[in-house]
This record gives sequence, C-alpha cells and structure tokens, in this order.
Amino acid sequence: MSLDKDQVQHIAMLARLRVADDEIAETVDKLSRIVDFVDQLSQADTTAVVPMAHPLDAAQRLRPDAVTEPDERDEAQKNAPALSDGFYLVPKVIE
Amino acid sequence: MSSKDLHTQGLMQLAEGLENGDFTAVELVTALLDRIQAHDGELNAFITVTADAALQAAKRSDELRRKGDGGVLNGLPLVHKDIFCTRGVLTTCGSRMLENFVSPYDATVVGRMADAGAVMLGKTNMDEFAMGSSNETSYFGPVKNPWDLACSPGGSSGGSAASVAARISPAATGTDTGGSIRQPAALTGTTGLKPTYGRVSRYGMVAFASSLDQAGVITRSAEDAALLLGVMAGFDARDSTSIDHPVPDYLAGLGRPLKGLRVGIVRQHFDAGLDEETGSAVREALSVLEAQGASLTEVDLPNLDLSVPTYYVVAPAECSSNLSRFDGVRFGHRAENPEDLLDLYCRSRGEGFGAEVKRRILTGTYVLSAGYYDAYYLKAQQVRQLIADDFRKAFADVDVIAGPTAPSPAFRLGDKTDDPITMYLNDIYTIGANLAGLPGISIPCGFASELPVGLHLVGPHFGEEQILRTAHQYQLLTDWHTRCPEGYA
Repeated sequence: MSLDKDQVQHIAMLARLRVADDEIAETVDKLSRIVDFVDQLSQADTTAVVPMAHPLDAAQRLRPDAVTEPDERDEAQKNAPALSDGFYLVPKVIE
Repeated sequence: MSSKDLHTQGLMQLAEGLENGDFTAVELVTALLDRIQAHDGELNAFITVTADAALQAAKRSDELRRKGDGGVLNGLPLVHKDIFCTRGVLTTCGSRMLENFVSPYDATVVGRMADAGAVMLGKTNMDEFAMGSSNETSYFGPVKNPWDLACSPGGSSGGSAASVAARISPAATGTDTGGSIRQPAALTGTTGLKPTYGRVSRYGMVAFASSLDQAGVITRSAEDAALLLGVMAGFDARDSTSIDHPVPDYLAGLGRPLKGLRVGIVRQHFDAGLDEETGSAVREALSVLEAQGASLTEVDLPNLDLSVPTYYVVAPAECSSNLSRFDGVRFGHRAENPEDLLDLYCRSRGEGFGAEVKRRILTGTYVLSAGYYDAYYLKAQQVRQLIADDFRKAFADVDVIAGPTAPSPAFRLGDKTDDPITMYLNDIYTIGANLAGLPGISIPCGFASELPVGLHLVGPHFGEEQILRTAHQYQLLTDWHTRCPEGYA
C-alpha cells in the first residue's frame, strides 16, 4: 500500500473533496494501486528530454485586446444554485 | 425506399434520398424518434431526447430544401454526446454535478453541425465527465451494447456508439481523450474517428484533459465520417488550442486506391495481452490492405508500454485542474445546509462527483502536489515526448500505422469495475495517439466470440485524409461495417 489514510485525507482536502467514511478504505486501496502503476515511469531514462508542452509544438496564441463577448450574465446565472441581485450567495466568510 | 427502412441508411444515402425527394426530413426524423422510443428502454443510450426541437428543425430543413437552400447536412439527423454544450438543452456530462445544467450557449461543434443543417435528435449517455472505458461510471446508469445487452458498449462515448450500432441514429458526435471514440466504435461495430489534436474546436466541450481532448464522430462508414469532419474541422478563435490549418475536402480523397500505401505494423500490438480471435481478425484485415497493393512494414514504438502510465498521470493532473470549476457556487450541484464555505466546496464536490471522477481528481491532485510534481507530472511529460518522438520516427517510413483498437471484444458489464488498472489497460492501443496528438480511426474488421472487432488506423498530424481513405477503400472491399446486431435490423 503506497498511500495511507492520512495521506488520502490530506490530498482530498487539497482537492476540496469530501470522501465519506465508508468510501475511504476503497479510495486508499484503489489510489495506491494507481500510484504503484504509474510508478513504472521512474524506470524510463529521460535524461535531457524536454517535457512536452504541446503535442504539435504550437505556441499560445494571443488575441487583440478587444471586447468581443456580449453581457449574458442573466442567462448564465440561470444555473446558479443561490443568487441575490445578480450576486452569487455563499455561506458567510467574514464574521 | 420505404420510410420503414430509413434507419438502415448511412448519411450519404440519406442525403441522396432527401435530395431526390424520396422522403422528407420530417419523415426521416419521425422514423428515428420512433426507434428511440422502441429501443432506448433496453439500451439507455440517451440522457435527453429532443423530439419537439428535432421535428421543428426537420420542418425548417424541408422548407429550405423546397426553396433550393440548405447546408451540406440539410435534414440529416445526428445525436450529440452529452459533453457538448447545447443552448437551452440539458448538458449533464453524465454527472450528478450537472444533472440540472442547461447550457446558455452552443459548443462550436454543435453550432457548425446545426448551421450545416443537421438535426439533433438528442444527447447521448457517457461515462461521467468522459472518465471511463465502459459507460459504467455514468450517473444515469450504464449503456448496453446492442450486440449483447449483458455487455458494455465501451466508453466513454458509449451512448453515441450504441445509438449508431442499433440503427437509431446514422451518426453521433463523441470525444476522445484516451480512446473514448475509437474503443466504443470497436466494441459496437461502428466507425469512430478521432481527428488530430486542435483540428476540431473544443469550445463548449466540457473539459476533461485539455492537452488530450479532441472531438470526433461515430458513424456507419468512413465516408460518412469524412462528410462530418469537413463540417466540424477548422480554426476557432474561441479555442486557444485550435490550429489554423486548411481544411481539405475529405470526401474528394477517398477514391484513391491503396497501391503504394505504406502501412506500419507495431510488433508489440500483437504480443500477449491481445485476444486470439481479435488478433486473427486484425491480421486478416491487414492482408486485405496488402492485397490492394499496400506494403506492410514493421515499425518500432519502444516506449509504447509506458503510454498507459503516462496517460494516468497527465490526464488526472489536467482533470483535477479542470474540474476545480465545479464548486457549488456558480452552477452545478450544491450541498444542502453548508456549515461554511469550505464545507460547501467539499460536500458539493463529494456529492456531485462519482467514484471514478473522485479517484482521478485525487490522483491528479497527488501528482501535482508539492514534492511530487517532478517525479510524476514532469516525468510523464518527458516520457510523453519520447512516445511522440517514436511516432515521428515511425511516420518517416510509413503513411499509416495499423493494428487492433482494443485488446478484446466487448466485455460484460461489471467485469472490470473492481480493478481500475484492468479497465485502464483497455485503452492500451489507443492512448498513444492522444499523447502524440495524432488522428486515429477504428473500423469494423470482423468478429471475435460473435462480437465486433475494430481495426485501428493512425496517421501523422493532419493525416485524416490518409486514414479515411484507407478505411474507405477497406470498406469498399468488405462488409463488416454493414453488419447489424440482431433485433435492430
């Protein structure tokens, strides 16, 4: 087992992901298997190999700094779970 | 042709029938909506059926045709994988997270198809966020394979593949990050095309792993795939990785005979791990190409064995980043009664995502976390470069690389769900093309255990014409692509 329960809980917190108590044992087991599996990469000799940045070696394109999109806030916010006057509502963060 | 058998026809034949006035788009769409009614109960290929909108669109296309107008796909029906945003229509991505998400805009692929006159029948079921090879990770339940309802149709574009195989739709869109178009095409006896990375816009396609994701199609023939690719392909300023490269007439090149074509065979593709009957069907297909004047040469891809582990670092890393947008605040699932903001994030994501998606997010977070980045992510991008270099060298000597699409025919639902690695290895022959950004196509080439087998053809960057032509020439000589599962004729 390459990962333990505490490590998985730590990663889950970094990912802002609740892993329920009844899921944790299976998660630790399967994640460990995945990590063991990808560990075979360490055997590859990659001395002086430049890591791939883009499969076709393309560079990031820039666009002119111009307004191109219309304001569609109302349309987009139709999917919001909680709104007030066009603002997204979240639990109180400042006491 | 009677309206009774319209479902048996491919896009090219349907286009001709519409043009000749043999039937109308309304008749065609009605016939196919009836097929959905009759068969989707057992297949579960659809998440949303857009019957009313489809009939409206069909009516409009008939009117346009009467005026002598209409695009190249005018009146032709198709279905979209539920990963493509469709304005005013549910776009769930197979997830509880997006169970109620109605997209405010159309994906570029959806828009281009509609502008050319295509009529959307509905949105197809898929592995959750396209993460899976069996369609079993969908929040909406697994899709069944029309060739054997106890089997998986493959994934993640399983609903698209099943609907084309079952003669419900002549064509479907799909997406392919590690094999998600080609593997289900192989397992359902359909033709599945994944274009070159950047060939088709990713705008409005829910992102999984952005350096690998590419949109494509599942059809009943290479000719139909060529027709659709011509509509979908091309530069889109809204996708930052879209490539500005001319779009050829994909149909025009199909007729060129195979004489002189250099076909590369990868020895490792036929090693242990490949089902025997699958291997025989593929070797038989290669001899068909050879008999047409193609030459077969062995090519070496020495780092091929590392493609699956490379993929399972790169794809989860990008997924963990892409899926951070689902926070329960702006759209998507939100947990009830959160204690505070942290609880809102953690529980909304914990409840909204299924087990496989969570595993990939956690894997990705781990390989990107402090102290592990160099050992995993950077290392994987270096190995990825080695794999891409292997392909580059191979394509100096050959025009197309051919082999099996999947190591075995369709497996039974539930057979591979216990061990993630067994499931991951199903994509061993397809993942390389995604890592290197290459186009690939899977076409039916026989049967193993009475289930379809796929022949996989990979081309160099922007080599779609070459693989489509090879596939089409093969389909002129064989009839595997016309075989229909029992009960769906």
